Amino acid sequence: MHGTDSVKKNMYGVLIALLPALLISFYFFGSGAVLTTAVSVLACMFFEWAINTFLLKSKKITLTDGSAVITGVLLAFNVPSTLPIWMIIVGALVAIGVGKMTFGGLGNNLFNPALVGRVFLLISFPVAMTTWPAATNTLLADNQTATEQVDATSAATPLALMKRIVKYQGTITKETQQLAANKDSLKQANLSATSQKKIEKLVRESEATIQTSQAKLITTKAQLPTNLEMLVGQTKGSLGEVSALALLLGLAYMLWKKIITWHIPVSIIGTVFIFAALMHLINPLLFVAPQFHLFSGGLMLGAIFMATDYVSSPMSHKGMLVYGVSIGFLTVVIRLFGAYPEGLSFAILIMNGFTPLINNYFKPRRFGRVVKK
Amino acid sequence: MNPILIAVFSLGAVGLIAAAVLYIASKKFAVYEDPRIAQVAEVLPQANCGGCGYPGCAGFAAACVKADSLSGKFCPVGGQPVMEKVAAILGQQVEVTEPKVAVVRCNGTCENRPRLTKYEGIQSCAVLASTYSGETGCSYGCLGCGDCEDACQFDAIHVNPVTLIPEVVEDKCTACGACVTACPKDIIELRPKGKKNRRVYVSCVNKDKGAVSNKVCKTSCIGCGKCAKVCPFGAITIENNLAYIDPEICKSCRKCVAVCPTHAITEVNFPPRRVINPAVANNVAAAQQKVAAKKPIEKTEQPLKEAAPKAAENAPKPAPKAAATVAVKPADEVEKKG
Amino acid sequence: MKTFRIGGVHPPQNKLSAGKKIETLALPKQAVFPLSQHIGAPAVAMVKRGDEVKVGTQIAQAGGFVSAAIFSSVSGKVAKIDNVYDASGFRKPAIIINVDGDEWEPTIDRSTDLIQKCDFSAEQIIEKVKAAGMVGMGGACFPTHVKLSPPPGFVAEILIINAVECEPYLTADHQLMLEKAPEIMVGVSLLMKAIHVNKAVIAIENNKPDAIELMSKVAEDFLGIEVLPLQVKYPQGGEKQLIDAVLDRQVAAPPALPISEGAVVQNVGTAFAVYEAVQKNKPLFERVVTVTGKLLPHPSNFLVRMGTPISQLIEAAGGMPEDTSKIIGGGPMMGKALVSAEIPICKGSSGVLLMGDAEAHRNEVQNCIRCGKCVGICPMGLEPYLLGALFEQSNWERLEKEEIMSCIECGSCQFTCPSNRPLLEYCRIGKVTVGGKIRARNAKK
Repeated sequence: MHGTDSVKKNMYGVLIALLPALLISFYFFGSGAVLTTAVSVLACMFFEWAINTFLLKSKKITLTDGSAVITGVLLAFNVPSTLPIWMIIVGALVAIGVGKMTFGGLGNNLFNPALVGRVFLLISFPVAMTTWPAATNTLLADNQTATEQVDATSAATPLALMKRIVKYQGTITKETQQLAANKDSLKQANLSATSQKKIEKLVRESEATIQTSQAKLITTKAQLPTNLEMLVGQTKGSLGEVSALALLLGLAYMLWKKIITWHIPVSIIGTVFIFAALMHLINPLLFVAPQFHLFSGGLMLGAIFMATDYVSSPMSHKGMLVYGVSIGFLTVVIRLFGAYPEGLSFAILIMNGFTPLINNYFKPRRFGRVVKK
Repeated sequence: MNPILIAVFSLGAVGLIAAAVLYIASKKFAVYEDPRIAQVAEVLPQANCGGCGYPGCAGFAAACVKADSLSGKFCPVGGQPVMEKVAAILGQQVEVTEPKVAVVRCNGTCENRPRLTKYEGIQSCAVLASTYSGETGCSYGCLGCGDCEDACQFDAIHVNPVTLIPEVVEDKCTACGACVTACPKDIIELRPKGKKNRRVYVSCVNKDKGAVSNKVCKTSCIGCGKCAKVCPFGAITIENNLAYIDPEICKSCRKCVAVCPTHAITEVNFPPRRVINPAVANNVAAAQQKVAAKKPIEKTEQPLKEAAPKAAENAPKPAPKAAATVAVKPADEVEKKG
Repeated sequence: MKTFRIGGVHPPQNKLSAGKKIETLALPKQAVFPLSQHIGAPAVAMVKRGDEVKVGTQIAQAGGFVSAAIFSSVSGKVAKIDNVYDASGFRKPAIIINVDGDEWEPTIDRSTDLIQKCDFSAEQIIEKVKAAGMVGMGGACFPTHVKLSPPPGFVAEILIINAVECEPYLTADHQLMLEKAPEIMVGVSLLMKAIHVNKAVIAIENNKPDAIELMSKVAEDFLGIEVLPLQVKYPQGGEKQLIDAVLDRQVAAPPALPISEGAVVQNVGTAFAVYEAVQKNKPLFERVVTVTGKLLPHPSNFLVRMGTPISQLIEAAGGMPEDTSKIIGGGPMMGKALVSAEIPICKGSSGVLLMGDAEAHRNEVQNCIRCGKCVGICPMGLEPYLLGALFEQSNWERLEKEEIMSCIECGSCQFTCPSNRPLLEYCRIGKVTVGGKIRARNAKK
């Protein structure tokens, strides 16, 4: 006897869960979003069909199972809506060709195909991939100042802003320390005239640097979106990652339809929150509040849709928790201490590589191992 | 110093040191291998099929060099020419071995052996054999899922999609034995190819009583023994209601083929018998009967009481209404390939 | 409400024959008794062609300790001993009897009044159970007297009666409880006496509220018997799952037995048959069988003499529908498709299920998409996707390490798999192969 589940049902269920985020992206980013999504989906489907028919010469038609469509949508969600069309097509080719078909098609890929495509684009075309357009529509009252609106094209995503805050704050701290040290050395008794002049010059320079950094810090902090804005999605970012609320709706749908279990999303989000909160407690000026981490960047998108990809994630619940915690930890480390503002894509890809190892060592709870009462 | 020069020198030095280490290691830790093993391995077909009984061609080469004589060692893929080359390299004699070929001893086609159930499980003969006794009423016969085809490395056996019985491509078969091992019903046998590639064998492995087996398959062996009685060389034995032709004794005279009431014995690669006009056949048959009535018939022609009506029943149409005779057989007696 | 802790699925219940009173089926014209109707060595025939037998005459004796006797369910003459197709799909030796009349052995008490008093000792009860050819009626057919005799060093603490009937479609146990509750209770108390326990739990799934109510009421008059309702989840009727649900204890991996947790589990139909065997001297030769299916005109529960061909049951249930595609012996999750409609009813035949093409049709097998659903629902905590992959590679050593022998063949994995992979078959046949290798290894020692 067989139940009613099928591959198609699961794939189309995921697409339905992606619908709220898709619609919101169309609203915020307008026709650019529609075009990007359409090109990505069509390109992914085309490449899958072409590779299957001409390179692999396989008779099976896998196009209708929905997985290529999902890769297309997720790839689109991970790029800015102004990405040139040809880049999207290249990304789709890498995602499907390298990320999925080289491994043997659905069920055999080691890494999440959409992420492979996205990371490839990020590393190959860093400028295009980090140029975020302004929203064409708004849902909440706009409380940004006029200067920010002029800066629309180069204004940063919340995470980039966060990185800048870290940088400016770091400069301020360092220069303040230098200043104090120099002022102390000025107080010394027998100082030569040249040294004194040198140190006074350093003091003036430090004070100037501190002033400019503080000014920049203030403007940057003013650009930070409010929590509500980030929740709804009225920030700069890629198509799919902006609206945490829409993504959470998708999560609720997938849990209800038993497409995924809670283990991976909860463990990723939980770990990020706890680790970021810890860092925030240690140094509130340097490290932003944990909820900022949750609602910014692709965290929701990654935790709910990318890390939960069937093929590249572990099979047992225990393994899923280990996987999720590791991803969360790696994400925060890369965000706070790494060169890139966004750490989740890399964290997921790294842990994808560990999935077979996790499957080997984190077996499900076997019957009969329970300690008697 | 210029950083590029530093990089070049340091990497160059690392490379040189590594090369030196590797060279010393390859000399110090070298394993001595008889050079003849490599020579023998070169002349082998490199199929690595295991048909010789050794692990791959390298294993066979090592075994040949190690052994005192080449008796019992034979590469079925390379055959006699390759064994002679090996013998030449090792300075030994090689005995002449008859080439063999795989033979499928079942003729339970969809026409001969009706299907009673449809199997929709895992498409493997081994799995089907563990699940139940097969789609037909014969629990010994070929299951048709193609484990033999999957096992063959030489593309030499394919399950015919119409008859659902595997067919061996003689020219490609190397008698490596992979299909023999793969078949869970032990239907495939390696038999000598025979002179001019002609051979005769019983295409049935059903061990049930004749009445039972014939009910489920038209061409089953019923163990009646007529073939054993007619064989001039005593090559046929009947055991467990099943006839078996010993290939070492059989001289391919085909007397058994003609006498088998269910056409369970198959002849391969023989030229077709002379085509006879059916009307002429009837006259010839009538004449034959007259002759038979006068002369005492050879002991092999004694029809069993049951066999006579059966023979008339089972003879293919258009059949002369002869009693069991050997000489005349109707035109459409075609060769059956196993 | 209690249930087992690991895994489980919720197949649609389809209890089409629920509430249908048990009808006694007419006698067959010919009764066929395969000699292997139980776990263990096949029985050995005691009769030969031409012998006259009555209802209840022993026709085969046990072939070893783990084996069971077989009794004729009909009166008539033995026609022959021949190989016939049985529910396994293979031809096995069987005793074939041409039915003539309905004469019973005089030792059998055919009265219908309840006999509650029992003066037999525990050993005598086990002896009578063995002499009646008793095996587990839940479908596994394990010889009952073996289960009632714990190996040295093990002591029974509690008797669990499996009245769960978790397989979809089947209602035989349910109906038996509604119609024969007092007799079942006496049978339970006899079993308690046999294994020297004073506590018994009758586990019933929550989808049978009428049975729970009735059995609870009747249990009030018996000492130490408690009725425990359980949450509906498949495969609750599995011995190990049931012990986990009732006692919160999990039996360790094979070769450990349930008795190591002090539990003896018996099917409720076996309890009823034990009552008849001990109190009425009636050996095991008839049982309740559910005949069901969405296409069948009248899904029913029949009291059937063993040896009756299932074609007769199907006729009585309204006739074989035109578009029948599969006939399954047992339930849809664990049952096996039958090769013909002439297969005889045996001791373990709890149900006959007819399926049309739409329901029986198997969709195309696709690649494993690593969704992990099979891992989440396996009641034994195994990884069916891995067992299937290892089977395809014939990696028997690793299969043994991945504990394939713990698989209870419940079919939950195959039920859940979105790619339609035949996981149950992989595990079943993998177990046969690995089990053979283990036995060969142990024999060498």
